[in-house]
Amino acid sequence: MVGDLVIETKGLRKTFISKERGGKKEVEAVKGIDLTVRKGEIFGFLGPNGAGKSTTQKMLSTLLCPTGGEAKVLGYDLAEQQEQIRQNVGCVSQAGGADLGATGLENLVLQALLYGSDTLTAKKYAAEFVERFQMSSFIGRPASSYSGGQKRRLDVALGMIHHPQLLLLDEPTSGLDPQSRAYLWEEIKKLKAEGVTIFLTTQYMDEADKLCDTISIIDNGKIIVTGTPGELKSNVGGDTIVFSFPSEETARNAETLLTEKIQVEKIQTNNNSVYLYIKDGERMLPDLLRSFDTKSLEVQGIMLSRPSLDDVFLKYTGRSLREDERK
Amino acid sequence: MMKMLRDTRLMFIRNMQHTLRSPVFIFVSMFQPLLYLFLFMPLLNGLGSVPGIPAGKTVEVFIPGLLVMQALFGSAFVGFSLIDDIRTGVIERFLVTPVKRPAILLGRVLRDAVVLIIQCVLITLVAIPFGLSVNVGGFLLSLLLYALTGVTMASMSYGFALIYKIEDPLAPTLNTITLPVSLLAGIILPLALAPIWLQDLAKANPFSYAVNAARALFAGNFQNVEIVEGFTIIIVLAILLFLWGLRSLEKMSS
Repeated sequence: MVGDLVIETKGLRKTFISKERGGKKEVEAVKGIDLTVRKGEIFGFLGPNGAGKSTTQKMLSTLLCPTGGEAKVLGYDLAEQQEQIRQNVGCVSQAGGADLGATGLENLVLQALLYGSDTLTAKKYAAEFVERFQMSSFIGRPASSYSGGQKRRLDVALGMIHHPQLLLLDEPTSGLDPQSRAYLWEEIKKLKAEGVTIFLTTQYMDEADKLCDTISIIDNGKIIVTGTPGELKSNVGGDTIVFSFPSEETARNAETLLTEKIQVEKIQTNNNSVYLYIKDGERMLPDLLRSFDTKSLEVQGIMLSRPSLDDVFLKYTGRSLREDERK
Repeated sequence: MMKMLRDTRLMFIRNMQHTLRSPVFIFVSMFQPLLYLFLFMPLLNGLGSVPGIPAGKTVEVFIPGLLVMQALFGSAFVGFSLIDDIRTGVIERFLVTPVKRPAILLGRVLRDAVVLIIQCVLITLVAIPFGLSVNVGGFLLSLLLYALTGVTMASMSYGFALIYKIEDPLAPTLNTITLPVSLLAGIILPLALAPIWLQDLAKANPFSYAVNAARALFAGNFQNVEIVEGFTIIIVLAILLFLWGLRSLEKMSS
């Protein structure tokens, strides 16, 4: 392992051959990606449906064989040392993979046994996660009877049962109610606090923004940008500040004042409101208010909004991630 | 090797638990051969002596064929349970653990074989009041033959399930294969009744050798060369189809 890199990929590619009428067709799902995931971080892999997120995760978990490129996971070579990777990585797929006919407890114990624990240890590990994820009220029932949130907790526990150093989570909060989502976010943060590195695939911007230390945005099989959520957002450009005034005339005056006083990226007045697009809006705001004061321009309301990851996605792809979600 | 045994045992237990959660299906899938026993076998008794059925030996000829029928039809549709496991992500979850790949499939076909043996014993017990007299040693040995036949069919079923991953094409595919191989195995009526061209066609069907071997075992004719023939063919077939099923499983992660 070079330094503290937990995942390192170079030009990782996956091509599927799909049979269609009129012969075979090659579909490039992942078109050569370079990733570095550092020890102890939550790495977010953000992109719309069909971008290649799950395919990448399946390659990293040894479930799919890459068509090209190379990768090291926990220092093990993806092509040569699959056994070691399987033993040391935890993986939660989008489907989850709990055996619905069996009880949650049976699922957990079998999973620990499959990772090589003896029966006693397997039961101990199962009990540990039942307590940790507060599952004791339902763990003895068949998993088919669980709510979405309960099943997700079981899925994550199954992925963590052997205490891996790296956990791969594929869209862990898809389809969950807000409460279960918030609960899962807390648990993911706790895992990070315990030193587990987390590779998290998601199509939700708020999730990537709240949880992740580093984000790579993937679209159409390619990584389009990587950085911390803060970096990505500040690259997009400035904040948006909306000032509301008592009349349109005041608003026009304010616009003139602002244009003279500071370097603005873009400004526009709409009825009684002035929309100002500006870098570092938060720190500029007090100064701007003082200058309105000097000119006796009465401000009725202020709204400051920082750029979201959606704006980042929009900047690099020309599409909104939200549009893709709706499709 | 130790790990393979351990993993196979874990997978066998998991699948057996699945079966035992609704044990009634063990009996439901015995329905077809039992119907033949109750509603069809009496017709044969009325025929008197015909080629392949010595007088007074109808039951002894009919039951081994019926048990092979159970092995063919009872095991042919196990692939549906695997599709369920593929859909819910259970198989993918197993594949990212260090569990040995062959164990995932072995645990299933061994469960299927055990269920089949239970069914064959029950069907045979039901047949005793119909006047079945059987060589016990031969019968016990024939159970191994049915188990191997079951493993062959189950492996085939799992192989197709892993290729299709959805139910719709699975049933027609399995029916298309199971019906001709069972008709050409002389299960219900001995092939001695068939015209020559049909007998020749049946020689190309590996399961007809299993039926011949089972009938020889029931009669206690241990010298009969058909027994060795039947076992050899069915062992080779079981291994080939298991390896094919395994390849389909490994293709899931390619």
